[in-house]
Amino acid sequence: MTFKVEHEIHGRRKGRNFGVGIMLIGMIGIVFGLTVVKVLGLTDIRQMERFDHVARPQLEPGALEAAERRANALAAQQDYEAVE
Amino acid sequence: MTDATNTTQPYEAQMGDYYALMKPRVMQLVVFTALVGLLVAPVGVNPFIGFVAILCIAVGAGASGALNMWWDADIDAVMKRTLKRPIPSGAVQPGEALGIGLGLSGFAIVLLFLATNALAAGLLAFTIFFYAVVYSMWLKRSTPQNIVIGGAAGAFPPMIGWAVATGSVSIESILMFLLIFMWTPPHFWALALFVKADYGDAGVPMLTETHGRTVTRNHIIAYCVPLVFVALGLGFTSIGGPFYLSVALGLNVWFLKGCYSIWKRTDAASDADNHAVEKHTFKVSLYYLFGHFGALLVEALLRTYGLTAWAGW
Repeated sequence: MTFKVEHEIHGRRKGRNFGVGIMLIGMIGIVFGLTVVKVLGLTDIRQMERFDHVARPQLEPGALEAAERRANALAAQQDYEAVE
Repeated sequence: MTDATNTTQPYEAQMGDYYALMKPRVMQLVVFTALVGLLVAPVGVNPFIGFVAILCIAVGAGASGALNMWWDADIDAVMKRTLKRPIPSGAVQPGEALGIGLGLSGFAIVLLFLATNALAAGLLAFTIFFYAVVYSMWLKRSTPQNIVIGGAAGAFPPMIGWAVATGSVSIESILMFLLIFMWTPPHFWALALFVKADYGDAGVPMLTETHGRTVTRNHIIAYCVPLVFVALGLGFTSIGGPFYLSVALGLNVWFLKGCYSIWKRTDAASDADNHAVEKHTFKVSLYYLFGHFGALLVEALLRTYGLTAWAGW
């Protein structure tokens, strides 16, 4: 006694089903590959923090540059005080 | 779907039928010219992004082919040349073709936008719209200049390839567009002069049937002469060079000679030798296009390795 339950449509549509499977795998490969390429292509990983629907004052345009200028100014002031 | 409907269906569409729906032979030209447009651009592209971009352009071209087959199913069923296409042969249902065409169009445009830039995606969207709507639906059945207009859709791929790399449209990409655009009419009309097509039965106005073969011969030379200027002009842009120019010069003399011979011939002479000149010129037109784009590619390689410096280029 066999337990073969395969319907003839399975055989008839075998080629199509394999084709769809291959295309889905290809789609996953494309999305994964693009993600890797795009992430590795970022000049600054902080760009990843954009668009996550969370308010981040430090990511406002010019905020990072202003913070760096402030840090440089503080460092310069500390150097000056240490010399004195 | 019930078992009864499954077993009564005479033929189940296979992947090959869906592939045929996408006009694979047209896709070959699209892939080749888009690849050249991308590779000759002065800006490099990540190879994987380049691969995805070419895939999107090919899928977009295939989608517009499917939409064209959906719209033209009635005339495809009348003409011998197109009788075995998936829809008239019954392999694929018209609704399936429409769904595949629309679905793949959306997929290709969105993915190209995500992978590259808005200009490239916009150009691809316009190309699909132009081929499926402007050419297939509006103008194919209403004007004998349909070949000229349809040629524009086939001319966009190198421009899209260029836009993928540079994010812009420039004189180089416009001239690559014009090269295919101006080449299409003499190429197809040379074919129309020796292939006994049944476009008339299908109600498609082809120039050979609406205006006669003599007018078609005049049109062939009228498009070939400006084509020569476009092809040679491309050689003086940033993507041209001594190699391209020498190849283009040879190919243009060859093609112009063929078009001139077609123009000077009478129909009686053409019938007498079984359209030998027309057939030869049609074959030359194929070498012409692939030769020009191949030469652009070789020129880009030579430039990369600094091998054009000897010519002072």
